[in-house]
Amino acid sequence: MNIIVCLKQTFDTEEKIVLESGKISEDGVEFIINPYDEYAVEEAIKLRDEHGGEITVVTVGPERAESALRTALAMGADKAVIVDDQGLELDEYSVAKILAAVIKEREYDIILGGNMAVDNGSGQVGPRLAEELGIPQVTTITKLDIDGGKATIERDVEGDMEVIEVSLPVLVTAQQGLNEPRYPSLPGIMKAKKKPMERLTVDDLNIDGDVSAKTSVTETFLPPKKEAGRVLNGDIQDQVKELVALLRNEAKVI
Amino acid sequence: MEFNLTEEQRMIKNVIRDFAEGEVESGADERDKTGEFPLEVFKKMAKLDLMGLPFPEEYGGAGADTISFAIVVEELSRVCASTGITYSAHISLGGAPINMFGTHEQKQKYLTPLARGEYLGAFGLTEPQAGSDAGGTRTIAVRDGDEWVLNGSKCYITNASYAKALALTAVTDKSKGTSGITAFIVPTDAKGFSVVADYEKMGLHASNTTQLFLEDVRVPHENILGVEGNGFKQFLAVLDGGRIGIGAMAVGIAQGAYEKALAYAKERVQFGQTLSKFQAIQFKLADMAMNIELARNMVYKAAWLKDQGRKFTKEAAMAKLFASEMCMRVCDQAIQIHGGNGYMREYKVERFFRDAKLLEIGEGTSEVLRMVISREIGCR
Ligand SMILES: Cc1cc2nc3c(=O)[nH]c(=O)nc-3n(C[C@H](O)[C@H](O)[C@H](O)COP(=O)(O)OP(=O)(O)OC[C@H]3O[C@@H](n4cnc5c(N)ncnc54)[C@H](O)[C@@H]3O)c2cc1C
Repeated sequence: MNIIVCLKQTFDTEEKIVLESGKISEDGVEFIINPYDEYAVEEAIKLRDEHGGEITVVTVGPERAESALRTALAMGADKAVIVDDQGLELDEYSVAKILAAVIKEREYDIILGGNMAVDNGSGQVGPRLAEELGIPQVTTITKLDIDGGKATIERDVEGDMEVIEVSLPVLVTAQQGLNEPRYPSLPGIMKAKKKPMERLTVDDLNIDGDVSAKTSVTETFLPPKKEAGRVLNGDIQDQVKELVALLRNEAKVI
Repeated sequence: MEFNLTEEQRMIKNVIRDFAEGEVESGADERDKTGEFPLEVFKKMAKLDLMGLPFPEEYGGAGADTISFAIVVEELSRVCASTGITYSAHISLGGAPINMFGTHEQKQKYLTPLARGEYLGAFGLTEPQAGSDAGGTRTIAVRDGDEWVLNGSKCYITNASYAKALALTAVTDKSKGTSGITAFIVPTDAKGFSVVADYEKMGLHASNTTQLFLEDVRVPHENILGVEGNGFKQFLAVLDGGRIGIGAMAVGIAQGAYEKALAYAKERVQFGQTLSKFQAIQFKLADMAMNIELARNMVYKAAWLKDQGRKFTKEAAMAKLFASEMCMRVCDQAIQIHGGNGYMREYKVERFFRDAKLLEIGEGTSEVLRMVISREIGCR
């Protein structure tokens, strides 16, 4: 079975976000594999170990993202492809286009990705990629079984569970609960360096249409500091009235 | 000059930090209280193939370098020094002598299972009458045909309750002084061999510290490790490597205590401001950060020299001595910054303080290390 995993390198979830002249500063920041993508890598390794085949991990990002691919290789993936974004402004539309151009040249039975990236949190790249490739997609999956050309999938639908049967090839996105990602083993780490890493730029790809972003960021700001809460006192009746008045006049949410 | 970790070293650091925070840290306080040995932790480390880290792949190891070893010891010690010393002794005292001086057959028989984590490595040098003065070894070995018969005792031996075999030193020719000491590999289930773990210690409660008793223990001649009469020289070489491990432990313990002190100083308010706004406290934290950084650099340098195949006796002694002494000061000041809370178990820094003291004693006391450095710089 040919398995492709799309992953993104993101800030470590414990990092504090620091803004410097309107941009998020990357100074001294630790980067990790986006946690949802890590579930995808783990699931891919399990599938490969059960059904045989090969796992290719793909990312679009700056040069530093190569270390996320190395980590996936150390966990057990077989080869990696990085498309250097060369500092271009890319959005979900662009990344899906680029990934599609990389993947359509290859053979695949299943594509796995994360449900969303913890940085931008849009959850769009997976579904967009499936559309670009013209294959079915199942998002937020929590269980995956493959038998012949068919996958039986459980997906999380806002706390409920839906069971879906779908034929391959298919693109799935991983939700928390799918599995428990392994730590890379020491021999895995030592071998990762010798596994193939293909380095591409956007110009190397045969992209259908234009990749420039369809959205733009107009402002980046931190959420306002949390103020101490207010406790209303008195009669329940009065409290309710006061609350409604505050929501309308002060918080302006109704 | 290159101050970056390699890609592998960086990945190992990430994995072991995650592992330490996820699998080791949570039980550390409880193990400190009960003295329970972290056996589960080591089973998990064996699954990640960390137990043979620097040894050749041929013998079940992963062929990683000494800097990676120092990184693993540091990260474990940052959350649980008992786990740190167990690992450090396993690799640098248990596995290293067999790797350095063993025959192919000895490595297959003893190093491979050790590297796979099937048992923990240990090293028996210290005796009641022979500590810093290891030349004073009293345990004797007498040849009887194809066998050697050993009698004597060892004290303060780390990990021996969990070792299937260990290297230990015994006098084979009294007339030759230190050149009459030989190292033997002794299976711990040999007849007449007993291991007793009943010390009440100041710290490192979850580390296994034992006495060994040998009564007419018979081992075959082939169990001599290295060359007959070279035992003394061999263990000096082993200790050079072990000191990198102790230095790394010191860096880890100090790092852990420092992080706790820094976080506490930013939270605790007195006189209307956080402790971290008082210059007296800031300077303590600045000194901690500086000393830890210097010690880590020296540990890495000694490890790097070892990896280059160069002489590193002096540097390993300096790294261990500087790191262990700064670690004591850092832990002391970490308690000071915590005030009364620091004196309480709940805030953990007192555990770090108790655990740290051993580092100025084991594998060469601070006094002995100053003697080693003096000799290396040509004092006579
Ligand atoms: C928890 C723990 C784990 C240990 N693990 C092991 C192990 O796995 N294997 C092993 O073999 N040993 C182990 N040891 C033993 C340790 O290495 C010795 O305790 C150490 O080498 C010191 O020896 P000693 O205790 O006999 O002290 P002594 O040698 O009696 O020293 C007492 C004091 O005198 C000083 N002193 C001694 N000689 C001189 C001198 N010439 N000049 C100036 N000062 C001097 C020392 O520096 C020290 O301050 C362990 C010890 C402990 C506490």
